Amino acid sequence: MKKSDYTILVADDDPDYLFQTVFSLEKAGYKTVSVESQAEAESVIAKFRPDLAIFDLMMESDDSGFILCYKLKKKYPDVPVILATAVSRETGMSFSLDTDKDKSWIRADRYLEKGIRAEQLDQEVMKLLKL
Amino acid sequence: MAVLKVLVIDDEPGIRSGVTRILRDFHVTYPFMDEDYTFEVLQAPTGEDGITMIENDKPDIILLDNKLPGIQGVDVLEYVRERKYDIVVAMITSYASLDVAIRATRDGATDFIPKPFTPQELKSSIENISKQLYLRKVTNKMKEEGKKIRYQFLSVLSHELKAPLNAIEGYLRMMQEKQSGERIDDYAPVIDRSLQRIQGMRNLIMDLLDFTKIRLERKEEKIQEVDLEEVARNAIVTVQPYAIQMDVNINLDVRGDSKLMADPEDMEIIFNNLVSNAVKYNKFGGRAEIIIDSTDTEVLLVFSDTGIGISDADRENLFREFMRVKNERTKNISGSGLGLSIVRKVIELYHGTIKVDSTPEMGSVFTVHLPRKQVTIP
Repeated sequence: MKKSDYTILVADDDPDYLFQTVFSLEKAGYKTVSVESQAEAESVIAKFRPDLAIFDLMMESDDSGFILCYKLKKKYPDVPVILATAVSRETGMSFSLDTDKDKSWIRADRYLEKGIRAEQLDQEVMKLLKL
Repeated sequence: MAVLKVLVIDDEPGIRSGVTRILRDFHVTYPFMDEDYTFEVLQAPTGEDGITMIENDKPDIILLDNKLPGIQGVDVLEYVRERKYDIVVAMITSYASLDVAIRATRDGATDFIPKPFTPQELKSSIENISKQLYLRKVTNKMKEEGKKIRYQFLSVLSHELKAPLNAIEGYLRMMQEKQSGERIDDYAPVIDRSLQRIQGMRNLIMDLLDFTKIRLERKEEKIQEVDLEEVARNAIVTVQPYAIQMDVNINLDVRGDSKLMADPEDMEIIFNNLVSNAVKYNKFGGRAEIIIDSTDTEVLLVFSDTGIGISDADRENLFREFMRVKNERTKNISGSGLGLSIVRKVIELYHGTIKVDSTPEMGSVFTVHLPRKQVTIP
């Protein structure tokens, strides 16, 4: 399959970050669906199966990203998820996906700090889609 | 050498004795800690017993199973949180349930220990918790010394300042790598957005300056007679361009003596914030009304709008720093999240009060009482 056969769901409440992420994904060749809130993401998930999802952690509530990961994995266990955030260290909420403990309750496949370069993002996505 | 009391609440005797055995000879030390921690383990087979021991023995750490015969782990957690006990709670959980994890984290659990755990896993969790307890102790000590750490404030602030920088950085990279094309015109929207984010950041910094000014400046010499009607008119003029865009009609109704002894800058902060909110969070074609009324003892200010309103849940935290109501209707409205917290602080300096009534979709009413007798201000 080509990159253009994959649709990536991106949720972020910062319109600029959303725009930039979608822009670089589309430039890399993927199709995208973008939403600006947890609520919108949930309604998309309800009726559509993306091939991969990228969720911001803090949207309407501080744990929007966790909840979305959980709901997506419940409905589509094999769809990879990237949790993207800029706030982990600043809020004192520290977590990573390096330990089994964190993996056991954060239902994301990758955790990425925001501000990631376009090529890096493409590489992570390719890895998760096994391209 | 300090001893931390660890209370294990678990219905499995094996877990309780295991924890006791593992922690018997365990001690935690860090280069930056001036004392070692050792552990005394207490055991409770049910949540009910656990609560009795919490009251009698005042543990420092609780290792809490969620699935208990009587009341559940989350109930014990809630018990601890409601009483604001200074206890670190780690949940022992055999199954990875995100629902429980999220609820527990909200209720104040700081850690999760998977079940079954190896001695090393338990030790590393206990090590983390001890470090937290130590830092908490240091923080409390600093507070007592008057060096109040505004950690939460600073961490949110750094996030608020970093978000626009990240956005602008991303846009500059797009331009550097010529991702949208060769011509500068290809980047017009990108440049627009960057400028908007810079403006937002500038507003935040201006608000921050107001914020620190309230705390740092001596006021007495600045107190003078201020005509609030004039302050209100200036605030209206400032927000007028935006009001025209939104087609919001602003009405000022002065019903009593509008003069008050105050620092004019403080009054500007109150009016500028509340009048601009009444426009920003209004609907297209809406109305905003400002009433200034007065008695011998106080000045009453009412700012009402026909805007989007505020839900009960959001209203609770409305005056907190960096509180921004996030929903479909507010996502395109820019703000620092500091305005109302600054307004409240200013009003408190004058021993006044501010309250808000609101109906979602109908509008909000902010009512301010400023006493006239408040010549001394710290």
